[in-house]
Amino acid sequence: MRHLLDTKTLDRESALRILDVAEDMSDTQSREVKKLPTLRGKTVVNLFFEDSTRTRISFEAAAKRLSADVINFAAKGSSVSKGESLKDTAQTLQAMGADAVVIRHSASGAPRTLATSGWISAGVVNAGDGTHEHPTQALLDAYTIRKRRFGADSRGRDLAGVCVVIVGDVLHSRVARSNVWLLSTLGAEVTLVSAPTLVPQNVSQWPVRVLYSLDEALAEGPDAVMMLRIQLERMSAAYFPSEREYSRTWGLDAVRAATLPGDSIVMHPGPMNRGLEISSEAADSPRSTVLEQVTNGVSVRMAVLYLLLAGERNDERGRDL
Amino acid sequence: MSARTVLQQADISRALTRIAHEILETNRGADDLVLLGIPTRGVALADRLGALIASIAQTDVPVGSLDVTLFRDDLAKNPTRSPQPTEIPPGGIDGKTVVLVDDVLFSGRSIRAALDAIQSIGRPATVRLAILVDRGHRELPIRPDFVGKNIPSARTERVNVRLSENDGVDEVTIGA
Repeated sequence: MRHLLDTKTLDRESALRILDVAEDMSDTQSREVKKLPTLRGKTVVNLFFEDSTRTRISFEAAAKRLSADVINFAAKGSSVSKGESLKDTAQTLQAMGADAVVIRHSASGAPRTLATSGWISAGVVNAGDGTHEHPTQALLDAYTIRKRRFGADSRGRDLAGVCVVIVGDVLHSRVARSNVWLLSTLGAEVTLVSAPTLVPQNVSQWPVRVLYSLDEALAEGPDAVMMLRIQLERMSAAYFPSEREYSRTWGLDAVRAATLPGDSIVMHPGPMNRGLEISSEAADSPRSTVLEQVTNGVSVRMAVLYLLLAGERNDERGRDL
Repeated sequence: MSARTVLQQADISRALTRIAHEILETNRGADDLVLLGIPTRGVALADRLGALIASIAQTDVPVGSLDVTLFRDDLAKNPTRSPQPTEIPPGGIDGKTVVLVDDVLFSGRSIRAALDAIQSIGRPATVRLAILVDRGHRELPIRPDFVGKNIPSARTERVNVRLSENDGVDEVTIGA
């Protein structure tokens, strides 16, 4: 694996390999000594042009648990605010000897540009680009669903027949896009539920079903309900009349959560707007996997960094992921 | 080039039975013994040794597996390896006599990695090494405590251990 740029082009075999390696990584995290010597001497740069808490910390923890050196770069307070281009920033990192670059950028496609431009030789991991994709989030979501469903015999299994409902601001959500591609590659049936104004125009080409009523979707007893964050920072137009109305129509409150079958899970990629898309009762209930998702995120990112950096470069037919 | 069979099914089971007796003799019984197989074939061998020791000593011996992939020093020189599951028996390994079990001992680098892996899990009282085939060419100061068979080999030759659990047949072959 050279890069991890999206889940749309990730095949089933590669996706399962990442999830299976993540199982092994997760096992090592219950040991007395959690640090592994695996990536000693490698340097991972977290290149974050957009704000993030959990993704950056999660990548940092993952790299450190594998003994890689981590350099954190945030656009705020860096030369980017003086007008430095992506190319110059990238080449500076290359000159410092980065082996992998974890990039988050507000422009869709920035990670691909970095990976294919020839500016740098490091492996590139997309940590969220614009409204395009956030592949490691989708991988950790798939991992969480698989772990809750199959427990200790998760290894090697896909998500055939699992029904997942993704609710909320699909239009602006890279998490939703990455999940749609990955979950359907793994055999899950994906239903999107949203206000008509928050559904992307090209959704008819996605392997999904679209519903506009949350109650209708919940009545079918889905295995997992994934609530998306209402991205107030990207709400440039009036997509819905008011937050209260959104919450009443598409929010997951205690009453709605209680209608789900006993083993259904409630997921949220975080950060949550409590009281808007998800109520505190639903977010803190035993069926909520919000904190498991964070824990699993570290294992999944360890797996991605391991597969990217551990073997000889240009291995596995030089395949681009 | 055709491969030559150096151990057949009966030879393998005889060697394992002898190793089981030797382990019990060295340990003065089955107390505090933990067998850890190194994937892939070491796990099957550890299971067999565990069963043999249990039938000789009339007491169960904890058997687990120990993956060493993440502790190897040659990761960057090979295509990416997938790690295998590690299963430590419920009693843990602290204060126990851990016997590492592997199929072939060659450079000794897997065993070095295994010693590091053990350190991250706990602190055994003793670590010993049981090997089905010792083919020589050590690159590190590591030696086995229990050996099924010493097979002198050229560095370029391939020693293949096949076990019925993994490959449907029990045999050890050597070839170019």
